[in-house]
Amino acid sequence: MDEIVSQVLVKKGAEANLYLADWHGRKAILKKRLPKKYRPSELDQRIRVYRTLHEPQLMHDAKEAGVPTPFIFSVNVKATTIVMEWIEGKQVKLSLNEINQEERGSLCFRIGQMIAKLHKKGVIHGDLTTSNMILNSKGSIILIDFGLGEKSQELEAKGVDLHLMKRALESTHYRFAKECYDSVIGGYRSISGSSELEKVLEKVREIERRGRYVAERKQENQL
Amino acid sequence: MKEKSRKDCCLGVESTADDFSIGIATFDGKILANIIDPYVPPEGGIHPREAARHHSDVAADVLKKALADSGKKPRDLSSISFSQGPGLGPCLRTGATVARALASYIGIPLVGVNHCIAHIEIAKLVAGAVDPVTLYVSGGNTMVVAHEGGRYRAFGETLDIALGNCLDVFAREAGKRQEAGKPFGAVIERLAQKGKQLISLPYSVKGMDVSFSGLLTAATGLLKTGQHSLEDLCYSLQETAFSMVTEITERALAHTGKNELLLTGGVAANKRLQTMIREVAAEHSARFETVPSHYAVDNGAMIAWTGILAYTHGMVTRVEESYVRPKWRVEEVEIPWMK
Repeated sequence: MDEIVSQVLVKKGAEANLYLADWHGRKAILKKRLPKKYRPSELDQRIRVYRTLHEPQLMHDAKEAGVPTPFIFSVNVKATTIVMEWIEGKQVKLSLNEINQEERGSLCFRIGQMIAKLHKKGVIHGDLTTSNMILNSKGSIILIDFGLGEKSQELEAKGVDLHLMKRALESTHYRFAKECYDSVIGGYRSISGSSELEKVLEKVREIERRGRYVAERKQENQL
Repeated sequence: MKEKSRKDCCLGVESTADDFSIGIATFDGKILANIIDPYVPPEGGIHPREAARHHSDVAADVLKKALADSGKKPRDLSSISFSQGPGLGPCLRTGATVARALASYIGIPLVGVNHCIAHIEIAKLVAGAVDPVTLYVSGGNTMVVAHEGGRYRAFGETLDIALGNCLDVFAREAGKRQEAGKPFGAVIERLAQKGKQLISLPYSVKGMDVSFSGLLTAATGLLKTGQHSLEDLCYSLQETAFSMVTEITERALAHTGKNELLLTGGVAANKRLQTMIREVAAEHSARFETVPSHYAVDNGAMIAWTGILAYTHGMVTRVEESYVRPKWRVEEVEIPWMK
């Protein structure tokens, strides 16, 4: 890790800290997963190593699926750090509130296309929020933070992924969550086709129906 | 000379799950009564119909005790509030029936209250919380809630079963019985304290949501193999499940940037979970808040107090609209008492 010249904390996240770094003359991000004191060290180590290993793999798979992600420069499993390309741009979370309805529609349509491309290749992002999408100066959306992702072709995983996107829109962009989500769905359909989309949406509905009260569900079945 | 009625308090009825409770609170935030009568099933889990029968059996008695504790007469009540949801349908209906009967008999307004919001509001009253990120964990609910844009919003929640439910089912699978007056989780907590070896179990965090069903299946599967001690299994189950909810709580705290972290619900009594949440709060320089157990578990006082907040902001529920809402989400409720 001696290639890294400077380290300035850019973001103290819940899962990892992000530092601005210089990697062989390139502007880079150092993502460091710090130990969490609240959980037992064995479990903590297991989680951090697993995520440090899987994140770059998933980012690579995403690129193959046609979804832009930052370039990985180096990975240090022991130190649970990843050095990756610095992306110049703005979080979609912020942009979404500053543009008009039409622009929002087209941005969300592209987000939906991006999700469908990932799912087609069996890449589950695992944390689809507008904070994890960066709009660069060329207008491309770069997807980041694959730490909670997985490889899966199961409908359940795709359904949860889309459900998380919907929930993120509802909690962060509650003023226009519905129109945004509808556009996301439109974009997804344009890549996946209607029959695949319907299967995923049916799963989303099933996930939403899973109540918090197990006993109640049992009872509904009895009646 | 006839004493003048003061109409300075509200009576709240709570019956979302296994507890039937009536609380009485004054407009200036004093809790005058909080009688909780839990239903303890003879065996197995809570059957909604059996719990509802218990609630209707004890309702009159709980009401008498609550009025006696408060020193109030029915004519002193300004309104009757009740848990309208979310919860078990038959249990909710029993409480709603009691509340409707009282309101129409006395001739005062009825106020339907969201159970999850009431948990947060009572904590704000008794623990001095102002605008916290709340981790609410119980037998029926697991959610991370914060106030944003005029409403409470669930930032994270369980995708399947509740945390308390996961612990309860495991305890039952292990042949344990609930101890009178204690939550089922207390059995697991005590066994876990003696556990030493951490067994690898599925850790499932999806975005800000969690899933416990895979964890429960794996833990019960291992239990049946007899390869591990029950103490180690309880320890591993607790550590894994609590780490999951702590992780999403930390994510919500980082995401919202709030500086208070509140832990409530039946599982909040668990000391190990308290330690974990306290550490996360310290890490983010947030104030850790929790409430005494009689205000953390399902209780009528929180319904009475939230009823006052709603009633004093002009929110009343007409009887014909007082149907119960078993799946009522926090996002659906307007919160005029917060700016």
